[in-house]
Amino acid sequence: MSEKKPLLEISNIDTYYGAIHILQQVNLRVDEGELVCLLGGNACGKSTTLKTVLGMVKPKVGKIIFAGQDVTHQNTPARVKLGMAVVPENRRLFAPMTVLENLKIGAYVRGEAAEEDLERVYDLFPKLKERSSQLAGTLSGGEQQMVAVGRALMSHPRLILMDEPSMGLAPKLVEQSFEMIANLHSQGVSMLIVEQNANMALSVADRGYVLQTGRIVLEGEAKELAGHEELRRAYLGR
Amino acid sequence: MSENQVPEELQESAVTEAAKLGIGTDEWVAQHEERIARKKGIKGLPQLINESIPAWARWGVLLLISCAFGAFVDNQYLLRIGVNLGLFVMLSYGLNIVMGYAGLLDLGYVAFYGIGAYGYALMSSEQIGHHWSTWLTVLIIIIGTALLGYIVSLPSRRLFGDYLAIVTLFFGQVFVQLVLASDNITFPWADDYVDITAGANGIPGIDPFSFFGHKFLNIRDYYWLLLVLVALLTIAVSRVNRTRIGRAWRTIREDALAAESMGVMVNRLKTMAFVTGAAIAGLAGAIFAAMQTAVFVSGFDMPLMTMIYAAVILGGSGSLAGAVMGAIVMSVLPEVLRVTNYSEILFLAVLILTLAAVGKSVKRFIFNIVGIAIIGFIVKILLGAASIKTTPTKEWVVGPVSRALSHWMYVPLDRVLWGNSAFVILIVLIAYFTTTTPRIKAILLPIIGYLGIFLWEVRLITDVNTTRQLLIGAMLVVLMITRPQGFLGKARVEVL
Ligand SMILES: Nc1ncnc2c1ncn2[C@@H]1O[C@H](COP(=O)(O)OP(=O)(O)OP(=O)(O)O)[C@@H](O)[C@H]1O
Ligand SMILES: [Mg+2]
Repeated sequence: MSEKKPLLEISNIDTYYGAIHILQQVNLRVDEGELVCLLGGNACGKSTTLKTVLGMVKPKVGKIIFAGQDVTHQNTPARVKLGMAVVPENRRLFAPMTVLENLKIGAYVRGEAAEEDLERVYDLFPKLKERSSQLAGTLSGGEQQMVAVGRALMSHPRLILMDEPSMGLAPKLVEQSFEMIANLHSQGVSMLIVEQNANMALSVADRGYVLQTGRIVLEGEAKELAGHEELRRAYLGR
Repeated sequence: MSENQVPEELQESAVTEAAKLGIGTDEWVAQHEERIARKKGIKGLPQLINESIPAWARWGVLLLISCAFGAFVDNQYLLRIGVNLGLFVMLSYGLNIVMGYAGLLDLGYVAFYGIGAYGYALMSSEQIGHHWSTWLTVLIIIIGTALLGYIVSLPSRRLFGDYLAIVTLFFGQVFVQLVLASDNITFPWADDYVDITAGANGIPGIDPFSFFGHKFLNIRDYYWLLLVLVALLTIAVSRVNRTRIGRAWRTIREDALAAESMGVMVNRLKTMAFVTGAAIAGLAGAIFAAMQTAVFVSGFDMPLMTMIYAAVILGGSGSLAGAVMGAIVMSVLPEVLRVTNYSEILFLAVLILTLAAVGKSVKRFIFNIVGIAIIGFIVKILLGAASIKTTPTKEWVVGPVSRALSHWMYVPLDRVLWGNSAFVILIVLIAYFTTTTPRIKAILLPIIGYLGIFLWEVRLITDVNTTRQLLIGAMLVVLMITRPQGFLGKARVEVL
């Protein structure tokens, strides 16, 4: 592989919710153009890791470097401006606003949404074009997922953070959404993906991390992890 | 086969049925609107108006009517109502930005109106002895109220919902108390006290507006000024609503955290909403003071606040046309209520509408009305049998409606005691009503209706202020049941 340039680097992060210690000495790296997945059981701190990266919660110790800048003390909008975008857990669309408005909000940090950005999203999800004036809250779960991803793409992000993109989708749609992720990856978009569905995630990712009760217990190439005995037993259900 | 397994043939037929209908396909979705059964009668009216007349036409007609009103109406009283309406629309627009768009529950909003009015009064009367030019004064007021809005917005950065409401409520009350107390201030360096605001006495003798040597002596001048301002504001606000700022405001209202994770600078936008709303209210206050030529702090207290909120909520929070409609209702209503005869008719109309709305079907409605009538006769017979003294008819009858009711309603002599008792029972019954089963509700409804009429005839008929508040409350209840999003508001959609 050619030389890697780190895009996101978090080192020795400790995150607390009040007195509860969640993340403990977490180190994680996403290189330019890389697809990294973060695996782990329920409540082990995956979403918390994403929130820490995005600045929704502040770590007590540790350092976050994004695109060559130390963003540890920057707020969320500033980080979004630098090129982070998120597809949140449960999508969190703005329900009473139309699909089009939801997409446009994604471009907020860039100013008014550009027509060609919208076209790009519509190319990826032709369905959204037809539904552009439908209220986001009335979409089906799968359609909402498309809007959430499209919304994240609208800001031309350098790194997309996805929290359980397959949650609540039928098996066929799960497959489709991973195809879409692989597709984005092949276009050079860097991604950090949190997933319960370890099999699927590892099949598209370059590298992966495994989180257990707030600590990274395993990391490596996706192929390596997919063949890892312990991991298989713990998460892959075999 | 287990119980909840669907038989295969059924499953298959459901699939083919869905395929035939095209459920899930884009055409099916595109026809979504048409599949919604059109609501009939009064309930469908707003929908019908909304769909059949384009927005620009509605605004155009409204503008034409307003111009004709200004040009042809000579009656000073009517013109004054028109001016009040204009001020009300401005206030509703401002609150619509703060509450309707950004979703910030600002209960101190009316204080900015008061500050604008008092600011103008202090800079243009003998109170302190300043008579500055209108241009300068208005400019100072707009900037000053905007700055104050900024300061009040600071707590809103950390507070949401009810906490923010309490802080802003406090701000509003501080304004009132400060004005009341500032008629008697002693400074350490002076012997005598200083009177800044004249306290509860208010400030009289305020200069009218004067632009380019033209003094606004006629109420019509203010009418035109307000018409122009409202037109400009309508264009400006609806424009902003369609830009990224407007969108961002609405995302904050829906989900501030999600908005922030999209890069929306939540705090800055909240502040912008507060500042804009405050400046609009401040400007309206200045116009009010100049038009009225006197200000009293009691006019900028909670009663007005509730009226503005009612206007915005009635019309449909987040909708400009709704704000105008709400403002029309709220500024014309008190005038109607000034005449007890009208207020009586209005009261009954609202009561009947409430019963219709709560009952939901014609049968229920008739049941309720007949029930109320029967209860009335029973009460009359019972009270008569207990030989409780009545109030002479001519002492409480104010118009044709109460005259008609006097044949049926038993009004005891001690109206305060009976009225207050009825009030307490009514409140208890309504509280019980909201929690009980449908069957008991059906029985309770006529009783509540009767108590409402009883209370009205015995106590409220002469008390216009209380009646107004009660009527507004009743209207909001009716609306909540029939059209929770407000008359012209968009239906809310929640992700479930
Ligand atoms: N705001 C909060 N305050 C207190 N505790 C929290 C808060 N948010 C999360 N937690 C706790 O932190 C732990 C980790 O939560 P997190 O959301 O990161 O889990 P997760 O790995 O994403 O789990 P899942 O796969 O179920 O989404 C959980 O025990 C959770 O209860
Ligand atoms: Mg999670």
